[in-house]
Amino acid sequence: MQKKQLLFVLQHAPLGASLARAGVDTVLAYAAFDQPVSVLFSGAGVLQLAPGADCQRVGRRDLRRMIDSMPLYDIDQVFVDAVALSAYGLSHDLPHFVKAVDADAIRELHARCDHILSF
Amino acid sequence: MAGVFLSILPTMQYTLLALSSPSDGQCLLTAVRVADAIIRRGHQLDTVFFSDAATTIGLATLCMPQDEIAIQRQWQRLAADHAVELVLCVASAIQRGVAGTDELPSDSKLHPTLAEGFRIGGLGQLISATHAADRVLTFGG
Repeated sequence: MQKKQLLFVLQHAPLGASLARAGVDTVLAYAAFDQPVSVLFSGAGVLQLAPGADCQRVGRRDLRRMIDSMPLYDIDQVFVDAVALSAYGLSHDLPHFVKAVDADAIRELHARCDHILSF
Repeated sequence: MAGVFLSILPTMQYTLLALSSPSDGQCLLTAVRVADAIIRRGHQLDTVFFSDAATTIGLATLCMPQDEIAIQRQWQRLAADHAVELVLCVASAIQRGVAGTDELPSDSKLHPTLAEGFRIGGLGQLISATHAADRVLTFGG
């Protein structure tokens, strides 16, 4: 049986709730099981890509470091909604493997994947 | 004739992923109603996976206010009536105090807190459930 293509939409801010962490954990687990995954950061989820957050000072694991490890799991389809990125004023020091995409590309991504899981 | 009927309405395999807490909004209630509707329409639902805050649905001591719906009992009834597996993500569950006998050390004096009808499992189970599914629905993401 052919493997299903999964798209993970990560749309929650990194701190304040544990959902962002649960999403990244799930993405990495799928990749560790050799499942083809794509990732899209959208809405407040783009804040997960912001550099320089010292999460340990609030007793949390550094989510950005987990995201930075995605290429080690052979995750190369990582996208970010360009509109959300500019709405949150993010442009510098984003992970180099993340591609900013417009609404058309996001629609195409939705259509290409078998399942969409949103965290 | 059954074959003709099935070709018009193909049976689909569903998997549900629930993420929000039973005491936080109506998400888990919507999810159990959708689960029920899926089965009543003749589709397949084998696994509901609870992750993050949704894992507190499996806490044995969960007690909703009397004037609200006993959401845990609705899930338990669904599992009992239709053999749906209710799986709680182990990492999310134990950090919220939901633990079965297997999650407690053998010499522990603590009692298991896992409610009847629920199981604790790993993300591997979500992976195989989404792999087998024609449709995956997320609640509370």
